[in-house]
Amino acid sequence: MCLGIPGEVIELHPEQPDLAKVNVSGVRRMINIGLLSDDPPAPGEWVLIHVGFALSKIDEQEAAATMQFLEGTGQAYEDELAALKASVIE
Amino acid sequence: MRFVDEFRDADKAHALAAKIAALCEPGRQYKLMEVCGGHTHTIYKHGLEDYLPESITLVHGPGCPVCVIPMGRVDDAIHLASQPDVIMTSFGDMMRVPGSGGSFFDANAEGTHIRMVYSPLDSLKIARQNPDKQVVFMAIGFETTAPSTAMTMIRARAEGIENFSVFCNHVTIVPAIKAILDSPDLRLDGFIGPGHVSTVIGCRPYEFIAKQYGKPVVVAGFEPLDILQSIYMLMLQLSQGRSEVENQYARVVPWNGNLVALKAIGETMELRPYFEWRGLGFISHSALKVHEKYAAMDAELLFQVPGVRVADPKACQCGEVLKGVLKPWECKVFGTACTPETPIGTCMVSPEGACAAYYNFGRMNRNRVAEAGVAGS
Amino acid sequence: MSKSWIDEALAQSELGHEGLAAEGRRQLPLADREQQVLDRIDRARRRRPKVREERVTMSHGAGGKATHTLIEAVFLDAFRNPLLEPLEDAAQLAVGGARIALTTDSYVVSPLFFPGGDIGDLAVNGTVNDLAVSGARPLYLSAGFILEEGFPVADLQRVTESMRAAAERAGVYVVTGDTKVVQKGKADGCYINTAGVGVVERDGTLGVAQAQPGDAIVVSGPIGDHGITIMLARGELDIEADICSDTAPLNGLVADLLDAVPGVRAMRDATRGGVATILNEIAKAADMGVLVSEDAIPVRDEVRGASELLGIDPMYVACEGRLVAVVPGEDADRAVAALRAHPLGEQAAVIGHVRAEQPGIVQLKTAFGGTRIVDLLVGDPLPRIC
Repeated sequence: MCLGIPGEVIELHPEQPDLAKVNVSGVRRMINIGLLSDDPPAPGEWVLIHVGFALSKIDEQEAAATMQFLEGTGQAYEDELAALKASVIE
Repeated sequence: MRFVDEFRDADKAHALAAKIAALCEPGRQYKLMEVCGGHTHTIYKHGLEDYLPESITLVHGPGCPVCVIPMGRVDDAIHLASQPDVIMTSFGDMMRVPGSGGSFFDANAEGTHIRMVYSPLDSLKIARQNPDKQVVFMAIGFETTAPSTAMTMIRARAEGIENFSVFCNHVTIVPAIKAILDSPDLRLDGFIGPGHVSTVIGCRPYEFIAKQYGKPVVVAGFEPLDILQSIYMLMLQLSQGRSEVENQYARVVPWNGNLVALKAIGETMELRPYFEWRGLGFISHSALKVHEKYAAMDAELLFQVPGVRVADPKACQCGEVLKGVLKPWECKVFGTACTPETPIGTCMVSPEGACAAYYNFGRMNRNRVAEAGVAGS
Repeated sequence: MSKSWIDEALAQSELGHEGLAAEGRRQLPLADREQQVLDRIDRARRRRPKVREERVTMSHGAGGKATHTLIEAVFLDAFRNPLLEPLEDAAQLAVGGARIALTTDSYVVSPLFFPGGDIGDLAVNGTVNDLAVSGARPLYLSAGFILEEGFPVADLQRVTESMRAAAERAGVYVVTGDTKVVQKGKADGCYINTAGVGVVERDGTLGVAQAQPGDAIVVSGPIGDHGITIMLARGELDIEADICSDTAPLNGLVADLLDAVPGVRAMRDATRGGVATILNEIAKAADMGVLVSEDAIPVRDEVRGASELLGIDPMYVACEGRLVAVVPGEDADRAVAALRAHPLGEQAAVIGHVRAEQPGIVQLKTAFGGTRIVDLLVGDPLPRIC
């Protein structure tokens, strides 16, 4: 519900384990990753950022699965349209 | 932008729109509620309703934590900010919410120091830079934001910062949903479930909606394709006679929520026995206050807070809009007396408010993409 | 804040319902009832603006609705005359046979120094640009300084040097000025006001009220650079990005455009309030609808990223070196080509069109394919959390 933005973790703070630098479309900010202390993110992983905190890791597999559904829908739509066009009856 | 642009693709939207329309039973009207203000905002900002057939109505819910703050609490905050040597910090969304004597912006014009921050942690920076001042953070938000306030308080204690406190107005989503379900004014077919709240509390808390009330729930992401897909999943459940909780936003929302976040909340906050919600009245166990173990950071204990209950202006119908009983434009003062420039109620001033979203983005004639019952053509 | 205006407005909205019996109203289909409300709102928006607040707030300075209301209800009301009424970027004056444009702007930016420039650059370029988009050749500037007690002279020299360089680049001269000093705590270091005079040598007049259906709306480059730069430069947000202000003098770019397309209807300098504010000014002045396409609007990745992070819309963010032009539809390609041939217009693009439908309203076709309205904001775009 609240404004959460995906960002890529670039580096962890050398002294403070709670902090990490993230990149959002070329913009960099230090955020607090303390809420992910059970499974801290590593550079290259993506997180959801909300008011300066990482709330959750973005699961790339789930994202891919969602994308696949959306793409599949798109493909099925194209196929159906093609079939509809091909089956024009006098 | 990764994880954003892919979910704004127009071609996929057309395909989904056709599938959704195909699932509509001819002659039947569907009412789906999106609980989150963030979803309401996305729906209007991207013109999502263009992709829905007329038989599906989206009802806007109370999930806007700024909208549900009663005027009395805004007055209390301004009273706090007016105390000598107080710097109040607040998210930007709150700055124009009207109390009975004006908003935070108006209060600043009269001499208070209410500063906008992006993160609660910024309050600690200000506290360190101003050791002779008391920094009070105006904490608002559902369970999405409460962990951030909690971590800030934990950090403040760890760093020995003594001039920081919290005026806690965090609220919880489930009691609000339950109030909607129990409301006789509303017949809803399903819920587009809160996205980011669920990263903290997980999806289990919504099971009662499906099991006890028989309504399907789909926890949804915030990009327009996420919402369309969630609507599709809801319509599929309805057409198959199922009522379950499903997670469309699985890339971000873990089914079990975020335990670290829940623990942080548990350590620093506790449930209030009841709390007044704008428009919904008093709801029990629906809001958080600072835990007694953190009493030294509880602004309500450190300062005198008037706590006067202020009734909404008679003209204001925010309550009904928040419950989804009225569409924004059905409010008597929408767009005339109540505008973003001259807001009477919170729904018009909060960026996530249904009235603000409709006024700023949706106030137009609509050309819909697909009609119900006209599948795939 | 008095409550009586609520009652007054309620009474007015009741009047709107008078014509229909209660049952008659319920019998209307939903879409028609909604349309009635939209019409009522339209009428309310066209009413004479009134300032309701008793004190000036930060919203009044943001360039959006509150600013416009203040200008119309206080300043226009007091000074009303035909030369002021158009409220364009510069006033068009006839003085002894010559056509002169006059403009003024005050610069209160904080911080004073930022990536891409400083308050001195803004003070010269901003005023030069207001003259240029009014069709004038900028000639002379005045510069009034209000300095805070304690402001370092070295900083003042730095600012002045920027102004000198900017004036040289733009081909203008600072010919008169003023200096005042106020006590510590006021003026945020340094405030500058510049007024500018230019000569209008081309035929015809420019003005957004002349926009017609079919006209194309062109922007000279990526939007939002300046505002985001300032917001980040304040340092409160802890965000790093390689963005810098786009402050630049546009008189050369404007001359090229007018040479290629003499039929340009209007130009505006996209500053406070951003491109969205200008689109609304066009729609309102010409009483036309405007439709723009989100896909077509150039925005740098970093500006987009910072905006998403802060929850702001780049369309409302200030620029300081971009122009928005309204040109006849058939001249659109030529206009874009002329702009792109100039270094300051490399990413120029057509972003939308003027149309007759839905007069007064700006609509955006989103990248997603849906449509929504783009209205004036009330105040500063505020970072959202939720």
